[in-house]
Amino acid sequence: MSTAVLRMARAGRYVVLGNPLTFGAFLMLAGLVTLALFGHWIAPYDPLATAVGPRLAPPSTTHWFGTDHLGRDILSRVIVATRLDLLIAISAVTLSFAAGSAAGASAGFYGGWTERIVTRIVDTIMAFPLFVLAMGIMAAVGTSVMNIVLTVALINFPSYARIARAEVNVRRNAGYVEAARLAGNTPRRILAVHIYPNCLPTLIVQASMNMGWAILSAAGLSFIGLGVRPPTAEWGIMVSDGSAFMMSGEWWVSTFPGIALMLAVLSFNLMGDGLRDLIDPRRRS
Amino acid sequence: MPASPLLEVSDLSKRFPVRGSRSLVHAVDRVGFSLQAGESVGLVGESGCGKSTLVRLVTRLLDHTGGEIRFEGQEIGAIPSAHFAHRPERAKIQMVFQDPTDSLNPRFTAFDTVADPIRHLAGVSERRLLQDRVAEVADLVRLPGELLGRYPHQLSGGQQQRVGIARAIAVSPQLLILDEPTSALDVSVQAVILHLLAELRRRLGMSYLFVSHDLNVVRLITERVMVMYAGRIVEVGPTAEVFSRPNHPYTRALLSAIPTFDPNSRRERIRLPGEPQSPIDPSPTVCRFFGRCPEGFDRCAREMPALRHLGGDRHVACHLLDRDHDGEGPSE
Ligand SMILES: Nc1ncnc2c1ncn2[C@@H]1O[C@H](COP(=O)(O)OP(=O)(O)O)[C@@H](O)[C@H]1O
Ligand SMILES: [Mg+2]
Repeated sequence: MSTAVLRMARAGRYVVLGNPLTFGAFLMLAGLVTLALFGHWIAPYDPLATAVGPRLAPPSTTHWFGTDHLGRDILSRVIVATRLDLLIAISAVTLSFAAGSAAGASAGFYGGWTERIVTRIVDTIMAFPLFVLAMGIMAAVGTSVMNIVLTVALINFPSYARIARAEVNVRRNAGYVEAARLAGNTPRRILAVHIYPNCLPTLIVQASMNMGWAILSAAGLSFIGLGVRPPTAEWGIMVSDGSAFMMSGEWWVSTFPGIALMLAVLSFNLMGDGLRDLIDPRRRS
Repeated sequence: MPASPLLEVSDLSKRFPVRGSRSLVHAVDRVGFSLQAGESVGLVGESGCGKSTLVRLVTRLLDHTGGEIRFEGQEIGAIPSAHFAHRPERAKIQMVFQDPTDSLNPRFTAFDTVADPIRHLAGVSERRLLQDRVAEVADLVRLPGELLGRYPHQLSGGQQQRVGIARAIAVSPQLLILDEPTSALDVSVQAVILHLLAELRRRLGMSYLFVSHDLNVVRLITERVMVMYAGRIVEVGPTAEVFSRPNHPYTRALLSAIPTFDPNSRRERIRLPGEPQSPIDPSPTVCRFFGRCPEGFDRCAREMPALRHLGGDRHVACHLLDRDHDGEGPSE
């Protein structure tokens, strides 16, 4: 066991020293998670309370990010929104990871009708521009946090299914899989215990890369009014709310939640890049 | 009267479809042989002649497209390979793979790998008993106990192959199939592993079906040898006899290619002229070796020679023997 720890420590050092970007992303994610967990205590004002300051006040020492048209404190709202935005993205990614990789792995392993059904579902989803599909579904099923999670999970399902299918396929006839058959493992056990764990690293990298896109999709849906409803603090709605004031010069209403969104997406993507380098040393530069 | 054989294969064929056409690769073509309990039989032939396919049919990793496989008198060839995991014969037929890096799960420690068949085939689940049995098997293959906690990439090639052998013998199989078990190893390690295998057979009384393209290895470890060419068995006999007096022209060519360090036996290396026939939809009436055979004649293009008993324990599939009997064969 200690060798595994040692190996991870060595890999960790490689990432930190060799890839300052990944390390920066890691710190940023740690910050985001802290905000998501403790944001309600950290925020200086109640995020929903109106008129905690003058309306549309520019950034100042009392309101670092300024206030919006209802006199709410934007810093507090940006901080508190972290939890909801991350929660939606993490739930959606977890769902599509679980469902997509299970379906894709079965398709790659069993072939036959399992593969045909999964391929058909994937192709059907992929036939649409994914965000347009999400808009359509949200418009049809109505807006709720649960529906956003399910919709974002659905549009991400194909990428996991395809990766899992390809990863299982290349291992299906590996020597250790044949050996597992000789050792009396049932097909289901071979897939679950011998093949699937070997595909996990690639899937986890995909999940990390996917997280940024999931955050963006959820925020995007809220931005166009098909996601989370006001007055909830959510980055997409806040950008949308502020966009009306952009022209009249109150830039801070949109800009700060927009920056938060961008940083979150960026750090997940950089993290995914770093993880991929870590898992596949051939890509290390 | 000879005891009934442990393994009896008759008329066994495997044809693979060729992608995008109706053609078939005749990887194994109507092969028949038998193997007695405790016997060690070699299977030799050039790369691509169907050795791996044949042994994967026998281990029931692959479904055949014709013929029979009898193990202890039971026909097991018709059981779909996907269901074979539940059969009592599963534990009795085990295999050591060629490439230990490919045949060990990168996420399993040596212990997990060796314990896997003991769990599923011997039904041992209690941790204590499992540890005892794995330790016992590791001892048999001389794998130091402290290496059991390691992952494959932390082991040397020789150690990896010891893990592969330990896994195969963990449930005390009666028939151990070895598909070129040393060809992926360094030369220095090969000899050590071969001696280990010879010793294990003596101690555990297993039968070996030993695949190799290295004839020196086969000479060392087998009593009988089968020579395969293009999916068919062309010669069978006691190893020493086949090596000293080969009957099939292909066997002669194969033997002439063995590197020798004995300056007295200045053997002439036989070069095979022409191109090998394609394994895709080959003609059933032409000897597979025809066109490459230095001694082929017109009958070889008209009739596929069958494997015939010659007396003693020797068999050969070649028309030249009829010519020899007629007194017009090539002189030796
Ligand atoms: N799964 C498969 N699909 C199609 N052709 C195969 C497959 N496995 C083996 N073959 C073909 O069968 C022939 C024999 O291969 P193999 O048994 O691996 O030979 P050897 O072990 O003697 O080198 C080769 O022509 C090979 O291309
Ligand atoms: Mg082979």
